Amino acid sequence: MLYDYLAGPFVEFPFLRRALVGAMALALGCGPIGTLLVLRRMSLMGDAMSHAVLPGAAIGFMFAGLSLPAMSLGGLGAGLLVALLAGIVTRLTPLREDASFAAFYLMSLALGVLIVSTHGSSIDLLHVLFGTILAVDDTALILVAGITTVTLVALALLYRPLVLDAFDPGFLRSVGVPGGTIHGLFLTLVVLNLVAGFQALGTLMAVGLMMLPAAAARFWAREIWSLAAVSSLLAGLSGYIGLLVSYHADLPSGPAIILTAGVLYLVSVGVGRRDSIRTRYFVKSHLAA
Amino acid sequence: MSIQGASVTVEDLTVAYERHPAIHHIAGRFAAGSLTAIVGPNGAGKSTLVKAIAGTVRPAGGRIRRDPAGPASLAYLPQQSEIERSFPITVLDTVMLGAWRRIGWHGAAGPDEMEAALAALEAVGLEHFEQRGVSTLSAGQFQRVLFARLMVQNAPLILLDEPFTALDTKTTRDLLGLVERWHGEGRTIIAVLHDFDQVRAHFPDSLLLARELVAWGRTADVMAPDNLIAARRISEAWDENALACHAAAGAERLRA
Repeated sequence: MLYDYLAGPFVEFPFLRRALVGAMALALGCGPIGTLLVLRRMSLMGDAMSHAVLPGAAIGFMFAGLSLPAMSLGGLGAGLLVALLAGIVTRLTPLREDASFAAFYLMSLALGVLIVSTHGSSIDLLHVLFGTILAVDDTALILVAGITTVTLVALALLYRPLVLDAFDPGFLRSVGVPGGTIHGLFLTLVVLNLVAGFQALGTLMAVGLMMLPAAAARFWAREIWSLAAVSSLLAGLSGYIGLLVSYHADLPSGPAIILTAGVLYLVSVGVGRRDSIRTRYFVKSHLAA
Repeated sequence: MSIQGASVTVEDLTVAYERHPAIHHIAGRFAAGSLTAIVGPNGAGKSTLVKAIAGTVRPAGGRIRRDPAGPASLAYLPQQSEIERSFPITVLDTVMLGAWRRIGWHGAAGPDEMEAALAALEAVGLEHFEQRGVSTLSAGQFQRVLFARLMVQNAPLILLDEPFTALDTKTTRDLLGLVERWHGEGRTIIAVLHDFDQVRAHFPDSLLLARELVAWGRTADVMAPDNLIAARRISEAWDENALACHAAAGAERLRA
């Protein structure tokens, strides 16, 4: 009975199974990336980048229709272009990085909406903006799994300088590692993972699976590796519960997954093991030393 | 332990922000094994000079030669405000970062690095703090951790940018003791400082800066009242519509 409810849909329907595997692969990559975004105080940067991806996806859509490889390639190009332009403006002018990112992602977003609205129907726009994880096919699955693999390998290679660049960038430069290059590589990984997420969750919500679990993990773990692990775990759990809810309650899957991640975040804020409202305001007496 | 200190030669150095020079035509030499304080009013370009020596800002003119060159021969302690104090990293990991040039991007830290880190923590008075997160430390304890990291870096040239700002007397005294120990080992040390009494008591050489070089030499000579007054006068001058510097323009004419 319980089995029917919790596992039945995935056993019965291949498309749900694929969606679940896709969500798990996304969770593996998004956990550590989201954690590093939070640590680098770039939580909103992920959001900006997710909007920046839109015109590229729209141009891919214009040329090849609802084809994932074309839209992904376009999205990747647009995301990297925005990151590059914002980076150049930050380097050459006193404008801070967040401001130059905001400028370019807004232009990018407007351009994307313009392209979609003149070349497609509003249904198509909904697809690009909100995704359809239930339509994840084998190509999409390979793309997502491939991006996750690249992400995890790259993070393993870049881990030490990435962490150090967030903790003490001056020290990183003084030992001769170019901080700008590390930062650029990290932004590339962010864009890659957003592109992986947008087929499933849409350009606007892809960042949800990155940021919500990472923000929630802060209330459970302390070290960087455990923060990343908890983020991935929460993201995977959100994918599973979200798909289940969307199946049983007949709701769209993307919002169901992100809202599940949102509920997990709120629960973590309330009753998490570290620094949550519970531990801060319902405390036992303090220690002697 | 004895170490061959590094020498630093400054050749007609100018560093500018928005074309206004932060330091202007500085020339001179930090001898190997010297212990020099850089002093001067706020905005005199002290940090800029240290950054230029560390190689993190680019000169608008002139150059700096370090012997030996390369990032491995340098340990640089920036101002604390540039470090993310709430970061989830342990004291031991922070100190072991000092072994960067031996372990690099993904080398494993072996027993040698561990031993060096523990010895450094003991030297700064933080034994048994290894597993504490840096976010739980006080400002003084955190500065001790950074000094431990400098020790693990084991470099012939050490740059300290305002190392004792906002520290209590006990911490300052302990850390000054470390600086003198490094000096005794033969390392070259350059420190940006504000406390003139401290400079007179502990630093044989001084460099008085006010965008331009006011004086550089034995501390007793440099810290003469006339020099200090001159430094204040120069540093307070700021001309929004300053003309292009003649020396620089002249050099460009020569090159053309």
